[in-house]
Amino acid sequence: MAATLVEKIFSQKCGRSVRAGEVVMAPVDLAMVHDITGPLAVQKFREMGGTRVFDPGKIVLLFDHQVPADSISAANNHVFLRKFAIEQEIPNLDLREGICHQVVMERGRAGPGEIIVGADSHTCMYGAAGAFATGIGSTDMGFVLKFGALYFRVPETIRIVATGTFPPRVGPKDLILEITGRLGADGATYQALEFTGSTFQTMDMPGRMTCCNMAVEMGAKAGIVPPDRVTGEYLAGRRDTSLVSLSSDPGARFAQEYSFNAEDLTPRVAVPHNVDQVVDVSRVAGTPIDQVFIGSCTNGRFEDLKEAADVLGNRSFHPSVRVIVIPASRTEYLKALRAGIIEKFVSAGALVEAPCCGPCMGGAFGLLAPGEVSLSTSNRNFRGRQGSTEASVYLCSPATAAASAINGQITDPREV
Amino acid sequence: MRVWKFGDNIDTDAIIPGRYLVIYDPRTLAAHAFEGTRDEFAESAREGDIIVAGRNFGCGSSREHAPLALLGAGVRVVIARSFARIFYRNAINVGILPLVCRDAPSIEDGSAIAVHLRDGYIESGGKKLPIEPVPAFLQEIIDAGGLVEYAKKLERVETCTGSQS
Repeated sequence: MAATLVEKIFSQKCGRSVRAGEVVMAPVDLAMVHDITGPLAVQKFREMGGTRVFDPGKIVLLFDHQVPADSISAANNHVFLRKFAIEQEIPNLDLREGICHQVVMERGRAGPGEIIVGADSHTCMYGAAGAFATGIGSTDMGFVLKFGALYFRVPETIRIVATGTFPPRVGPKDLILEITGRLGADGATYQALEFTGSTFQTMDMPGRMTCCNMAVEMGAKAGIVPPDRVTGEYLAGRRDTSLVSLSSDPGARFAQEYSFNAEDLTPRVAVPHNVDQVVDVSRVAGTPIDQVFIGSCTNGRFEDLKEAADVLGNRSFHPSVRVIVIPASRTEYLKALRAGIIEKFVSAGALVEAPCCGPCMGGAFGLLAPGEVSLSTSNRNFRGRQGSTEASVYLCSPATAAASAINGQITDPREV
Repeated sequence: MRVWKFGDNIDTDAIIPGRYLVIYDPRTLAAHAFEGTRDEFAESAREGDIIVAGRNFGCGSSREHAPLALLGAGVRVVIARSFARIFYRNAINVGILPLVCRDAPSIEDGSAIAVHLRDGYIESGGKKLPIEPVPAFLQEIIDAGGLVEYAKKLERVETCTGSQS
């Protein structure tokens, strides 16, 4: 019987045919915890009677939400997790590498056909590597740390088909915002999104990461791009993998199918206070902004920084705008540094910070005052997400962020 | 006991803002629940109060601090037209009962309701509103008193055994 990509992943793991709707206790290939959700996961692991983790080699532990520690409580959490890592002999990536999801990807820790859980909702990003990856809470993670497995309800799949090539200064972020606007904030609840069609097939890995990252903004359990040559080239040298071609069978049953045309796409902006409130940039062009954030697990990679730098050219950012640039990882930071992109940002007036979640988590720094407006390349514009509940957050692509930062107001990147 | 009524797409940032995520104690978290969006909740929520919401309650961040903050405020039951996936699992794991009720939006703020779990309905304003059954595998966790209690009894888990949801 024809199966979806996700059904195939669960079937392969379980050694028998597993269908959507079935509940299975499935083994996990990797478990990721970070500095915010980790301490509680460890506490729950211990409350469950856990003494040794299921497999230290299958756990990734790192700090990214509050680095360097912004409070004594945060510093305490780091100490707590460092001790746990030593006690359990878990290789700890600590605070030096960057945002958890980027680090998992660039270290080749996510691969095709794997089942991965992370105590963070944007864990779905690893679907770019062809993995079934999903975010879980701390208690579920405590269970995983102890048993190396978790109950999953195997999800139905919604197929997203995008065709054509992007026009200039339009890209993956605009596409995923458009998809989120069409499906809605709960359009894929408890389901998986499979991204296919020529647009995704020709999309580079950073773009695929951006799209899979935001699957959860539609309520999806996972977002996945069928692994192909692009995936293989990215993973080569990062992990030992004999890439198996993995895709949904012809005739596989999809819960729904949506089509998008990349050729017609224009720059998109999600307006306050929900990610599915998506409009054409022209609808909000001219809106004055106080802060621009270029970074996050969604859009903090070298390619994103380069996209912003290309729009910037040799200009300066508007003097009334705080421009915060945060590379997603040390590796991406170094790439941007060596390409002269960081120098360009600093010369233009940006604050370039060390790799971390930054203003996206709304606790560390870069917070907004009441009445302030932020334009951000991150993934959520919920009320209060980046500080005051009386502030406003708009979401966009790196190109739109850069163009707007130059003008001090939301600007179509094709017009600068 | 009273109902605290909310709308659609209540995200976990609204339930507990990011700047409080260094806290793990439910009662301390509860003091900041809905801060900036509905301050009176933290001030006057009482043991046994019920949250009633529209679609997609608990969307966004996976932070378990969200159900913990509600637990600390005395909430044991959340009723919504639908739930975001991670919140739904987290709620059950920490001992909050998330009930799906298509008619939740008809329940009024500040009202008193009765939840008849065994018979599968909510009594609100003289009407019986049906609630959807919790999937069997999650009911086992609820019956155990949460995932920690459930896990304590397990030496190991048998993987890949299946059941229908």
